[in-house]
Amino acid sequence: MTASIRAALIGLCLGALTLLQACGAGSAPSGGADRGASAGATLRAVRARGAVRCGITQGTGFATPDDAGRWQGFDVDFCRALAVALFDDADKVQFTPYTQQQRFSGLQSGEVDLLANGTSVTSSRALHQPFQFGPIYLYDGQGFLVPKSSKVSKASMLDGATVCVQQGTTSELNLTDFARRNHVSFKPVVMEDLRAAVSALAGGRCDAITQDGAGLATTRTMLRDPSNYVILPDRISKEPIAAVVRSGDDQWLEIVNWVFHATVQAEEYGIGQQNAAQFLTSPDPAIRRFLGVEPGAVDGLGLDPKWVYNVIAKVGNYSDIFDRNLGARTPLRMERGLNRLWTDGGLLYSPPFR
Amino acid sequence: MSARPGASRARRSLIVQGVTFGVTAAVLWWLAHNMSASLERRGLSLGFGFLTQPANFEIGDTAWLRFSPEQSIGRAILVGLLNTARVSAVGCVLAIAVGFVVGVLRLSHNPALRGVMRAGVEVIRNTPLLLLLLFLSTSLQGLPSASHALRPAPGWFLSDRGLVLPSIAVSGLTTWLAALVVLTLALRKRMGRIGWRVVAVLLAAVGLSMVFRPPSVERAHLVGFNFVGGTTLSPEFAALLAALVLHHAAHISEVVRGAILSVPRGQRDAARALGLSRFQTLRMVTIPLALRAMVPLLATSCVSLIKNSSLAVAIGFPDVVSILNTTGNQTGHNIETMCIMIVVYLSLSLAVAAALNRYNTTLLMLDAQLP
Repeated sequence: MTASIRAALIGLCLGALTLLQACGAGSAPSGGADRGASAGATLRAVRARGAVRCGITQGTGFATPDDAGRWQGFDVDFCRALAVALFDDADKVQFTPYTQQQRFSGLQSGEVDLLANGTSVTSSRALHQPFQFGPIYLYDGQGFLVPKSSKVSKASMLDGATVCVQQGTTSELNLTDFARRNHVSFKPVVMEDLRAAVSALAGGRCDAITQDGAGLATTRTMLRDPSNYVILPDRISKEPIAAVVRSGDDQWLEIVNWVFHATVQAEEYGIGQQNAAQFLTSPDPAIRRFLGVEPGAVDGLGLDPKWVYNVIAKVGNYSDIFDRNLGARTPLRMERGLNRLWTDGGLLYSPPFR
Repeated sequence: MSARPGASRARRSLIVQGVTFGVTAAVLWWLAHNMSASLERRGLSLGFGFLTQPANFEIGDTAWLRFSPEQSIGRAILVGLLNTARVSAVGCVLAIAVGFVVGVLRLSHNPALRGVMRAGVEVIRNTPLLLLLLFLSTSLQGLPSASHALRPAPGWFLSDRGLVLPSIAVSGLTTWLAALVVLTLALRKRMGRIGWRVVAVLLAAVGLSMVFRPPSVERAHLVGFNFVGGTTLSPEFAALLAALVLHHAAHISEVVRGAILSVPRGQRDAARALGLSRFQTLRMVTIPLALRAMVPLLATSCVSLIKNSSLAVAIGFPDVVSILNTTGNQTGHNIETMCIMIVVYLSLSLAVAAALNRYNTTLLMLDAQLP
């Protein structure tokens, strides 16, 4: 009996060693071409499936189901634009809601084709992790939301404060960097769920919540009396929000890129959802090429030659999408700010369609 | 020959063991190979080098071990592990204590007491732990703000920032002497007759060192948003501890009740016949006998308490899971952090189970010594 126990123990140890070896193998990333998805695979899979799979993160203005259960929001509309470009149908999208923490595993495992969920572009994500970023579709920065009663008007006045942070975001890192740069100290309370952080702010457990500016606008609407809370003007980080795809599938990335560019270029041309049809008969050759009335500029990759027109007519241009979900007539009341066209002093700039 | 059948049986058993081992090893190898191949395909690399990188994040609640963001990720994980160990150790002891009392009271002859205990146990036992945790955590947010903190005793502050106590700093010498006292107490039996004398001498030394280097008391005071100085018991820690204790005490009380009921009635009747009072019977006859049935189940309860402490992420207590999640997210080393998590929980649970099993063996040996 003791012999069999000893044998079993030896077996277990060897098994553990094998696993440890696998865990600690430390194989260097294979820099080859087969890293990530293989070229064209995502597009082929999307076509075969007949729908785009889009990873989102639930939040007012960005992605919420309406009373009929249909997803609405800023992020959602970019996924719908992609579906219109590929299938001429804004409903050929399957949405998967992720927490900030699950999102990358979801994309990596192939559960979704892209993430449009407020992920910031950072060098370490692009260089260390097998992802590629699409164009920046929202220029944002991390800020603070505080109760008006605290009479805090700028971030440096928060020295010593308890700050609620949502786990699995760059916010934890930015908060620490900001504190070290400005010689102030914060006590972070790290929550997995945003709602827990909101209830902690409302209950007074936290003096402030820190998040991306757009996130704060959403969070403020979740509080019982939003007018009792203010978003401080400081921005302690740059948060360029972009869609994320698996690296290695250039075709898919190009489609994501140009569908977004089309919404920006359409705004620059003044073509919106309301008046798109009138532009089909425009004499301007640039607009005719852009809308696919004349071939050469936007066809290719097996896309419908008129996909740009379809996107604008069915989803809208950038300002249609922004105003409908985030603008002054919504509970979020966000300013365009940096997200104006370059011609209006903002940062949105589409490469030419020709 | 009589040796022959024995030898062939031994050989057969060796072959069976060899084949079992071979198959297990092959399956493990295949799993490991499969994992590393698919990781390679997705361009992910494995390794524990990231543990020495600076953490660059702050931890809001630390005990015993100070932490600042420029220290390594490894140290951050250690701080999280200590937080898990702290809440589990205190939780386990309190849950057993509360569960024991409640379990005994459930068999009380007073119907009102019995009824109240039963209602409490049923409500808590049939409510999800997460719900209880969120309820307690939200309730604690109802405490007054830091500037209107309650002061139950001089230097104590109770507010939504937690319970702030004056901290007592004891000199290094005193700490070492006190540790020696604990060590001698543990080894007293092996030291024979001089054991108590050593303890007495050491205690006197502790007293003297406290006279010559009196412990300094540091009181907390409110600066801006938070208390500075003193020791803070955070509301997250309190909520997690209370939820774990209540939930597991309810389970343990059932174990205790069952174990007591499993003691044959004859034992109790015999004790009463000898003239022992009801309380004496309980203390000297029923509970010692019931302990044998109880201890293995108490071990299970403690192990599940340790595992349930990972619900801390829901309310923002920085336990080892929370720190490992943050690490995985900042560095992208999710598989390694999962490996660490498995090792941490496995070793904590096995250690607790081993300790309680040892205690159980002692109980059984004591039992064997009875006439």
